[in-house]
Amino acid sequence: MQATALGARLQRPALHRLGTFIYLRPWLVLALLLGPPLLWMVVIYLGSLASLVVQSFYFLDPFTGQVIRKLTLSTYADLLTPANLEIFQRTALMAAAVSIAAAILAFPWAYYMARYASRRAKAALYLAVLLPLWSSYLVRVYAWRLILAKEGIVTWFLGALHLEGVLDAVLRLPVIGGPSLSVSFLGMFIVFVYVWLPYMILPIQAALERVPKSLLEASGDLGARPGRTFRHVTLPLALPGVLAGSIFTFSLTLGDFVVPYSLGNSSYFIGQAVLSFTGTAFNIPLAAAFTVVPMVIMGFYLIGARELGAFEAL
Amino acid sequence: MLFLHAPIAVIFLYAFTTDDAIFSFPPPGLTVDWFRVTLNRADVWQALGLSLRVALVATLVAILLGTLAAAAVYRGKFFGREAISFALVLPIALPGIVSGIALRSAIGIINVPFSFWTIVIGHATFCMVVVFNNVLARFRRTGRSQIEASMDLGGNPFQTFRYVVLPAIATALLAGGMLAFALSFDEIVVTTFTAGQQQTLPIWMFSQLTKPRQRPVTNVVAVFVVALTTIPILLANRLTERTVE
Repeated sequence: MQATALGARLQRPALHRLGTFIYLRPWLVLALLLGPPLLWMVVIYLGSLASLVVQSFYFLDPFTGQVIRKLTLSTYADLLTPANLEIFQRTALMAAAVSIAAAILAFPWAYYMARYASRRAKAALYLAVLLPLWSSYLVRVYAWRLILAKEGIVTWFLGALHLEGVLDAVLRLPVIGGPSLSVSFLGMFIVFVYVWLPYMILPIQAALERVPKSLLEASGDLGARPGRTFRHVTLPLALPGVLAGSIFTFSLTLGDFVVPYSLGNSSYFIGQAVLSFTGTAFNIPLAAAFTVVPMVIMGFYLIGARELGAFEAL
Repeated sequence: MLFLHAPIAVIFLYAFTTDDAIFSFPPPGLTVDWFRVTLNRADVWQALGLSLRVALVATLVAILLGTLAAAAVYRGKFFGREAISFALVLPIALPGIVSGIALRSAIGIINVPFSFWTIVIGHATFCMVVVFNNVLARFRRTGRSQIEASMDLGGNPFQTFRYVVLPAIATALLAGGMLAFALSFDEIVVTTFTAGQQQTLPIWMFSQLTKPRQRPVTNVVAVFVVALTTIPILLANRLTERTVE
């Protein structure tokens, strides 16, 4: 049927000639295909990134509240106040802690998926990881607010086990504690680990899948016990996967403002600071300078990760 | 497993609770009343409408541009081919706040007012990569021979596209489009910076987190958002799975 349709269409010489015209000029085809998306990416996205950097050299006139379009470093001088440095430090520490915890939690899961799960179970597990990665990020954060709330499930559960004392003791700890789990660094940490965990599982699983079985057998044949094989063969080969996952967890934590807003206390994280500069203060130059910091941190992180071979695992 | 999925179940439970202030657990009673209340809230409907329209248009733009880019990367060998894939991944690899503030500062510099289109542009930018990846993978699997056969039989490029290429990539387009839709419908970080005063559904939810008015309504909306993002993803997964086998 397709052949007759093709035959019928052949009667149209003009269209056909146009087709031949295009076909004989591969560069034209390429330009037609590549032009629109390339233009979009370069003009809109890379253009925006450039404007972000330019914007960060502008400054806000403190008296009129107008953005002065002159290139200066004064916004960067505002950026490097002790209070802001504390924000960077706090955010980076949280990002590091979240990445490490996510790696520890993700590894057994990924290991199970790669090694032990049947084909069927693997597909189901894969979907189970994929679903939270794609969907309802905000809803997930919101759910944790309900769970961690003062009257919420965690409190109820610990109460049922007569362990309220433990929770109170944890919340009384300096720095990580707070009036309730839903307004503490500990709560934020839990939620961050939860929302970014899928980003860690998938690269580790991919790396583990690529460990050749023959290497494990060779190690066993040479007399290594399973524990030793794991430490000296599996773990080093899975490390690029862990690093690749940590790129996501680190980067996502650095730039997030939803979790700190929903569960944090009054101490700011980078994302919150940026949001408040644009939203209420209209100080877009300072907000732009603020985002240059995570970009630089990520830049160094990516270079380091590439050195350690994380890019092959992406 | 429990850690990843139980929280969603909690949302479902709370959508039916009779307690409207402090999230107490276990819920003091169950009711379907909040669904009725939600149906009568004009602000929810408005936000939902905006979100749906944005997601639809952004998905269409992403499908068009993503497919073009995938076709170009698949058939051509040209300078900077690797850079294309990299540039497309950038909007989702960089922290969302970077993309958001970048678009915001561009909007500020060229002085365009916030509108429906500023949101769409932001969304289409990060949705493109999803379509791109899906379609490129499909191109690589189907190979070139059918296209060449069609050309040998005298089909012109348009016919070849219509009768050979399009059927081959149709499910990949659909799957990519659905993922893009889910991604866009759910997005908050970039949207915050490109929406101005407009409220998409996620922004509405976020504003409810800080200044709640009838908390259970938020729960009902949350259930709805979960459904509307989960279903397309499951469908997309099926579409790509079936064609692999």
